[in-house]
Amino acid sequence: MQLLKLKDTVAFMSFRKPAVIFSLVLIIASIASLATNKLNLGLDFTGGTLIEVGFEQPANLGEIRQIMEQGGHEDAVVQLFGSANDVLIRLGQRENVKAEMLGNEILSLLKDGTSQNVEMRRIEFVGANVGEELTEQGGLAMLTALICILIYVAFRFEWRFALGSVAALAHDVILTLGLFSFLQLEFDLTVLAAILAVIGYSLNDTIVVSDRIRENFRKIRKGTPEEVINISLTQTLSRTLITSLTTFLVLLALFFKGGALIHGFATALLFGIFVGTYSSIYVASTVALGLGISKEDLIPEVIEKEGADQEEFMP
Amino acid sequence: MINKYPLWKSLMVVFILMFGALYALPNYYGEDHAVQISGKRGLEVSASTLDTVRSELDKQSIKFSSVVLEDGQILIRFEDYENQKKAQEKLIPVLGDQYSVALNLTPATPEWLDNLGAVPMKLGLDLSGGVHFLMEVDMKTAMDRAKLNMSDTFKAKLREEKIRYKRVAEVGNGVEVELRSIEDLEQAETILKRIDPGYVFVDDEDSLTLKVTMSDQKIKETRENAISQNITIIRNRVNELGVAEPLVQRQGQKHIVVELPGVQDTAKAKEILGATATLSFHMVDQQGDPISAANGRVPPGSFVVNDKNNQPVLLKKRAILTGEHIVGANSGRDQQTQQPAVFVDLDATGGDKMSRGTRGNVGKPMATVFIESVATGEKNPDGSLKFRKEMEVISVATIQSRLGRSFQITGERSPASAHNLALLLRAGALIAPIAIVEERTVGPSLGAENVQLGLQAIMWGFALVLAFMMIYYRKFGVVANLALAANLILIVGIMSLIPGATLTLPGMAGIVLTVGMAVDANVLIFERIREELRDGQSVQQSIHRGYDAAFSTIFDANITTLIAAIILFAVGTGPIKGFAVTLSIGIVTSMFTSIIGTRAVVNAIWGGKKLDKLSI
Repeated sequence: MQLLKLKDTVAFMSFRKPAVIFSLVLIIASIASLATNKLNLGLDFTGGTLIEVGFEQPANLGEIRQIMEQGGHEDAVVQLFGSANDVLIRLGQRENVKAEMLGNEILSLLKDGTSQNVEMRRIEFVGANVGEELTEQGGLAMLTALICILIYVAFRFEWRFALGSVAALAHDVILTLGLFSFLQLEFDLTVLAAILAVIGYSLNDTIVVSDRIRENFRKIRKGTPEEVINISLTQTLSRTLITSLTTFLVLLALFFKGGALIHGFATALLFGIFVGTYSSIYVASTVALGLGISKEDLIPEVIEKEGADQEEFMP
Repeated sequence: MINKYPLWKSLMVVFILMFGALYALPNYYGEDHAVQISGKRGLEVSASTLDTVRSELDKQSIKFSSVVLEDGQILIRFEDYENQKKAQEKLIPVLGDQYSVALNLTPATPEWLDNLGAVPMKLGLDLSGGVHFLMEVDMKTAMDRAKLNMSDTFKAKLREEKIRYKRVAEVGNGVEVELRSIEDLEQAETILKRIDPGYVFVDDEDSLTLKVTMSDQKIKETRENAISQNITIIRNRVNELGVAEPLVQRQGQKHIVVELPGVQDTAKAKEILGATATLSFHMVDQQGDPISAANGRVPPGSFVVNDKNNQPVLLKKRAILTGEHIVGANSGRDQQTQQPAVFVDLDATGGDKMSRGTRGNVGKPMATVFIESVATGEKNPDGSLKFRKEMEVISVATIQSRLGRSFQITGERSPASAHNLALLLRAGALIAPIAIVEERTVGPSLGAENVQLGLQAIMWGFALVLAFMMIYYRKFGVVANLALAANLILIVGIMSLIPGATLTLPGMAGIVLTVGMAVDANVLIFERIREELRDGQSVQQSIHRGYDAAFSTIFDANITTLIAAIILFAVGTGPIKGFAVTLSIGIVTSMFTSIIGTRAVVNAIWGGKKLDKLSI
């Protein structure tokens, strides 16, 4: 069985101008959304208290909100989580750290107020400066990852590819962040982990493509860089699609079967796979091409001078 | 000949897979609910304790599946959580203060596997249920203490050497020593310099002062000490709580992570872990008037502390004794009054101080002050937490006779509070106060649900990929699927083998992702083989070239992802770390199974034969 039967080379690179405009528009939109809507940062980053409780019967959110208000927690955000019986309550930062005792207090408030048996499922309390540190650490993690990758790719391939793949990574990260900001999905530590996984995935894709471009530059003596890139992209296309498809399949399983706690993670990755696949085709190659990648950059000089091993490089 | 593995290579693949399967096997057996009984402070559990436990369980008719005495601990296994919980409740009062009775999940691993050192994966709190605390050490107090220590040492040394000084005071980030003459200044500098090479001296001959500060190295040392001492003490406290397999670990510059699997009573855990309690003993100032002192007119050398009924008590500032000399504490009842009491034991220095302090004061009242450091929730300008010292007079007792190394304090409201106080004192006073800055509690039912959901996701993802690969690549797809299954087994095996690796919910997500991405290597190889076939190469040549050409691509792609995963592991915490662990293990194992593993199978099936067509 075969997904695609391509006889001819697809002229990917002739669409690079609209692709660049498309990407730029999305990037600008993402940054604009991040600037205005901000990210809906989860407890991990903002600090505060989160309580997940399970009721025996479907919960009445209005009643619970009232109970919380009467208990002096006007800032409480009450919502269903996972099922109709599970309720998530979020409280902002409290003045005194004694607020760690809050969980038990709210549990008994709910027990008395609803006259239902309430089961504590999860309580999380995070101090404000912990969040600050995490944000710093998370940002640092991403930056370090990007730099290390840049160095490795520059070392193994060529600096134009390195810049291309890092541009693709930055592209994917910004768009995913933009999506979370636009839809106001909660951004917590697991989502951050997912974004880092997107980096890994997108990189994987980009390297596969770059590898083929390098190989073809050495093999195909004729043809402009643009043509070589088109050939390479066509050759790797079915692999790119198949891998994206299998990854997409398991992520769907994660999204539908993994439970509410992992939803954000799965969402970020599902989206990330999409943009990652797109960016490995368009962003990375376009940047490398735009920076003027050419045969000479990728063919070891020694072989050029000696003129030996020609046969091996002929198609 | 191409496409033939030497025997040793095939054997190596088989051996590695068997090894992985063996160490993954314990996870199949799951865990038993258990109660673990151990003696506190080095006390061994004896056979008679075992009898007590047995008869109590029989009396309460609690069903258990086994009970053994091993390594000075009793382990009772139960079929379910209800019996386990009930047994713990019933056994605590019977066994009393000397033993800790902890809930535990014990691997139901068969003995032969156990003997091989094969254990199941450790589950994170999000999967097992329990509490996670992140604590911050108050570094400011630690530094203040170090300065206080500096000035005390200097004073003592100068007195010992009979050098008269005007003033020794803690100023800024160091200590200033003011002397009376140039000669004294020079002499003092020489002598004091010998105390610790970590002190930096600047002398000012005009004002006859020595400014002493700590070197950067010394400051670092002091901070390190504060953390490591706190960790030791918290470990002691956790042990007193009787939790099976707790984790106490340093994180970053000033944080300590405490994880208590299976703990549900978070209030008690917090009280004991978070409180930095110490005692100090002061003589009551009988000359001054406590009421007017409470209104601000405090006589010099005295201070006011309220007692339990909020009545002010005027105390002499100089403590007879402070908490660091306490080596032991037990709770019980006063023999005469039957009031709850705490029996305190002191070290030799403490005993001396106590006996000197009380010698001339028989018949006079002495107050026991309970000091607790509480985080206020506010921050200092430098970002560190602010702490407030809360003090309370817990008892005022007339000194009956000169006190020595052991004595008793009464005044606690209930036996339970006396017990808690004893526990805190025993565990030791913290060098610097700590505050809980993060707390995560996961209920046991949610944990079990997370495990179930995670497993379901893995199974569904796995099934979908298997089906796709088989349809798309036919026989080669089956080979890739074998590699995928082997990969899953290897991940589980390695996770079980590495002591520090913990499986978390994001970790499970990482495994799911690995399943999706692990096929990538095979897809790359198979697509290459198809290309070669299309180009008109022979079957054997195509297989050979396909593997060869794909290798460097797979290697580069995976190494870069591995770099990302390792960085995640290094800087990440909590869920990020859990995810990074499974992802990096998954990358390595998938490279092995999809390149070397599938090649072995492909060679065995197709290698060395004359073939015209290939089912790919």
